[in-house]
Amino acid sequence: MVERVLRAPGQYWMLVQMWIRSTLAYPASFVMMVISAMLITGTDFVAILLMFSHLDVFGGFSLGEMALLYATSSMTLGFADLFTGSIERVGRRIREGTLDAYLIRPVPAFVQTAADEFRLDRIGRPLQALLVMILAFTRLDVDWTVAKGIMLVVSVVAGSVIFTAVFVLGAAFQFIAIDSAELANSFTYGGSTLTQYPLTVFGKEIVRAVTFVVPLAFVNYYPVLFVLDKPAPLGLPSWIGLLSPAVAVLMVALAALAWRAGLRRYRSTGS
Amino acid sequence: MGVYWAIGIRSFRRFSTYRIATASGAFTNTVFGFILCGVYLSLWQARPGLGGYDTADALTFVWLQQGLLMPIGLFGASTTVELGERVRSGAIAVDLYRPTQLLLWWLSMDLGRAMFQLLARGGAPLLVGALVFDLKFPADPQRWPAIALGIVLGILVSFGFRYLVALSGFWLTDSRGTEYLALWLSLFFSGMVMPLVVFPGWFGEFARATPWAATMQVPIDIWLGRNPGGTGAALLFQLGWCVVLLLIGQLLTLLATRKVVIAGG
Repeated sequence: MVERVLRAPGQYWMLVQMWIRSTLAYPASFVMMVISAMLITGTDFVAILLMFSHLDVFGGFSLGEMALLYATSSMTLGFADLFTGSIERVGRRIREGTLDAYLIRPVPAFVQTAADEFRLDRIGRPLQALLVMILAFTRLDVDWTVAKGIMLVVSVVAGSVIFTAVFVLGAAFQFIAIDSAELANSFTYGGSTLTQYPLTVFGKEIVRAVTFVVPLAFVNYYPVLFVLDKPAPLGLPSWIGLLSPAVAVLMVALAALAWRAGLRRYRSTGS
Repeated sequence: MGVYWAIGIRSFRRFSTYRIATASGAFTNTVFGFILCGVYLSLWQARPGLGGYDTADALTFVWLQQGLLMPIGLFGASTTVELGERVRSGAIAVDLYRPTQLLLWWLSMDLGRAMFQLLARGGAPLLVGALVFDLKFPADPQRWPAIALGIVLGILVSFGFRYLVALSGFWLTDSRGTEYLALWLSLFFSGMVMPLVVFPGWFGEFARATPWAATMQVPIDIWLGRNPGGTGAALLFQLGWCVVLLLIGQLLTLLATRKVVIAGG
């Protein structure tokens, strides 16, 4: 079991490399696709800029602070989408019966599905988020401490893992309801849209829901509050953002259970 | 004429078979509706009357947008995507053999798809939104035909543009770049990013003159009764872009079929 887990990253990288080679066969097309991906995913930030052409503060956040919130949300979703976004194709594989091939190969089905048609051009979203993050830092006057720096880096990793777990949960659900790929979008892209804004503008119920039910507030909101020295809502302690990695571990455990349950339930179409 | 009607009906039926996909799509539209309502509520609370919309207008905009984005095909629609794939793979040769007009054939396919998605995915989010928020519904029954016409014209304009993008594959071997650019333009200038009324100054004026404005912003404004030049002018604006795009589409079809060599194999 342990050995299987240790081997997985190497196997994943092998499959991914194959797709990267095929993508880079057309370098001009690749560059264009990355730039287009940056432009398309960047429209969300344009929406924020448009809002700030009419406002100075939104939900207690200045433009620079909003940019940091946006960047961390978009970057974490971008990494999750880059590394495991393809897993949503599992529904199609179930319908077509091509998932069977994955089950007889000596590589875990999860690794193969996650690496299925790996698209390097999805790096566009994290890149775009990085640009916005740099912009945020030029506009912000953060009182940097080591703790804040560590918090920011750790939360980007933990946030990406949380979104990854959401992608996997969505894929696992497709074992029950084939063709439900779009349902996961509510939590992945929807979650990213939600966490681009200060959560308090949505009201206390939503803040509670994304803290205790679907813990998306730990992706970036609580960590960013900590970095910006802002108080946490609902009377929660200011260090609550430090719990991000723990939440990520919990989500991974949930996703792993769901994926295994889904795979056990799988019956081939037989075609 | 009968053949195109038959294609439309079959396309409608084809899309109606994906029930779970339709339901999960409508669910996602509803979730996005709630998120955007949260954002717009705060925005219009801070700036009442922004862009000439009151809060009820802004919230209604959100639910109409979520209901219309699939029927209009703002993210691209599977019909025209399929056409683009057929152009690239060469399967388009089969379509050209048929004793029908290429443009009308795919237009019928697209309208069948759009009508199904309008019924299945347009209504559900709007209903949920209306239960939770105080939305605007046109009081005067005489406005309904104008609204229906505006939505159909929006779908036609969108098709006209998507058809051109699909045909670009005849000249460009790798049309993915064009498709991405087209997607960006249609998201940005249709009102998907933000209602175009919020776009500042001359940029707003420019955005509202583009064909993408005719796909979604204009029909929603007809519903809200907020077109700057009145409903009649808005419909004429849509009709203008519709005629222009479909004429270019027909012209390109003729050019393509005359000069292009289909990739073999």
